[in-house]
Parts: sequence; structure tokens; C-alpha cells
Amino acid sequence: MAQIKTYVRPMAGWWRKNPFFVRYMIRESSSVFLAIYTLILLVGLLRLTQGEAAYEAWRSALTNPVSILFHWLALLTVGYHAYTWWMVSPKTAPNIRIGGREIPEMLIAAGGLLGTVGASVLVYVIVRWM
Amino acid sequence: MADTRTIEIEVLRYNPEKDAEPHYQTFQVPFSHDTSVLQGLQYIKDYLDGSLTFRWSCRMAICGSCGQMVNGIPQLSCHVFLRDYYPGKVRVDPLNHFPVLRDLAIDQSDFFENKLPSVKPYIVPKDAKPVSAGTHLQTPEQFQKYYQYSQCINCLLCYAACPQYGLKPEFTGPAALALLHRYNADSRDRGWDERADVLNAEEGVWGCTLVGYCSEVCPKHVDPARAINQNKVNSTMDYFGVRKLLMPKGGD
Repeated sequence: MAQIKTYVRPMAGWWRKNPFFVRYMIRESSSVFLAIYTLILLVGLLRLTQGEAAYEAWRSALTNPVSILFHWLALLTVGYHAYTWWMVSPKTAPNIRIGGREIPEMLIAAGGLLGTVGASVLVYVIVRWM
Repeated sequence: MADTRTIEIEVLRYNPEKDAEPHYQTFQVPFSHDTSVLQGLQYIKDYLDGSLTFRWSCRMAICGSCGQMVNGIPQLSCHVFLRDYYPGKVRVDPLNHFPVLRDLAIDQSDFFENKLPSVKPYIVPKDAKPVSAGTHLQTPEQFQKYYQYSQCINCLLCYAACPQYGLKPEFTGPAALALLHRYNADSRDRGWDERADVLNAEEGVWGCTLVGYCSEVCPKHVDPARAINQNKVNSTMDYFGVRKLLMPKGGD
């Protein structure tokens, strides 16, 4: 094919141009909060191996208002991440058929969401009362 | 109907022989209740500026030629109506992520010459059967497994919706990968191995980050995001040799 002059439009700022992409970027970046939260938890585990004083110091550091603010923020973003993750889960699920019919997409998403809420409640009950 | 109003249509203009970069031009277009955006463009071409260039053919959401960005959203321009944008204006751009040839016409060759042929979008049978041997039979259940993915009209709206394709043009992309799945999922097909390199590649299903917008904009409800992402499972099974274990004879 003969070389034809074309104009290639720049991609800069692509995700700000459509609310769908903004939500996608929030979904993806919320994992940063999850990663930081996991690191804090791992540090706690490390401090636990270093004896009681070290562990208590880590615990008292968590009561810092900055830490509390971060944890609320992390809970919120991870909650959003979990919600969006289950909402796209039907796209990633293998093709499962029951009685020749595909499982409705909403059933997969709802099942995942219910499972997440159930597991969270279970963990809370165990930590709080057991 | 005597219902004639006037709407402002802003169109991206680009003349490769004169312009260094594109610019917008605004037209006042009379429309009635049933005027599509495509008909608005046709009005411009017929009465206001004959040099406006855009693709179209069937006018009824079948041929897949008239895809444009309508107010930033990939649409078949025959499938959306000016009444729904009035009293606001309509801005029409060529489909995103493709090089602009002229005005609203994009260079589609990356899809039609590279991506589409690479997935072998046709049945690769186990044994070539002569016509005299009759037709390949298929049950309704087998048919249902790929029917949805066979509805693709190659309109490229999904590529315009896919930021991954815009950022990394080597990504095989939604429509081609959905068609790859359409043939892999066909009971008459034994082409898995021939398509495996394209599917398993970094630019294959793994190039997708599940933005999911392709499935939102698809006018035929093909759901390319689903086709691609269920094949991440297949690709993983293929990598670990589980696929061959489950289907030693390729599905027979």
C-alpha cells in the first residue's frame, strides 16, 4: 500500500475524558491503598517477632490520627475495589453452564459480593468477641 | 412531520494535503425527529460542504462502516439521533486510537490487514471435507457457545473504546480476540493450536487490563471483554499443559 499521510492523535489525558475511564483508574489505583495496608500489617508481624515491647510500640503507633485516617481511607477504597472487582468478575469467569444455560452475570457478581460481606462479618465477629 | 429544528454539529476536519493538524468546523443542520447523526453528516455533505469525508453504507446498524466518536463516545452514527443531543450541540470525531486519513475517515488497515487475519477468522477443520461429504452438523447447544461472538460487524467501536489499544497499538484488541474466541469455541473448529501464539501472547489476551468499555459500546452485544477474559483462563491452562490433559484430541 502506498504511504499515506495520516494524523495520529495524542493519548495524553485519555482517562480524564470519559467518566468510565475515571472509574477504571480509581478501581486500579485503589490497590495502592491495599498494598500500603498490607505493608503495615506485615510490619506488625515483624514487630511481633521482636518481642512484646516492639509489638506494643507498633500498636500505639496505629492510634496516631494520621494512621486512623489512613485506615478509614483504605477501608473505603478497598471496599470500592471489592465492589468493582466483583462487578467485572462475570467477564473473567469461565463459561459455566447449568442445564445448558449460562449463569446470569448478576448472579456471579452478587455471589461474590455476598461472600465478601459474609467473610468480613465473620472476621469481625472472630476478632471482636472470640 | 413539520418538526424541523436546527442543531449545531461540530466536525473534525483534516486535509492531509493542507493541514499540519486537524481543527473543528461548525455547521448548522436542520433536523427532524428521525434524523440520525449520520443523516446530519450527509446533510452537511449534500448542502453545506461537499468536501466533508466520512464512511457509511447501510444506514441501519448492520454494515459497521459509520462508526464515529459522537460527543466523545464511540457510536454507529446511524444508530444515534440528533434529537437526543438537542438543544446541545453534537461534536463528531473520527474513531479514537486510529490514525486520521481525512476528516472523519480513519485508517482501518491495522485491523483489516494485521489484527483480523492474524486470528484466522474462519473454521479450521480437523479434516478438510469435500462438498460431497455433506455439511458439518452442530447441535443448538454447540451453536449457542459461539453465537454471541459471531455477531461482530467489524465496526471498530471497541478499538476506539479500548485505551490499551490506544496506548499500545500492537495489542491484538477486542474484536479480533473476540473473533478468535468465536472460532475456538465452535465445535466444528480444530484451530486452537494455530491460534494459540496470538492468544497467549503479551499482545494477545494478556494485553487486556479489563477496562471493559469495549463491551459497553458494542452495538451487537458481542461482549469482547468476556471473550478475552475467559481466555485468560484458557491461556493459563494451555501454559501449564492442563488444556491438553482435559482435551487430548482437541475436543473430539
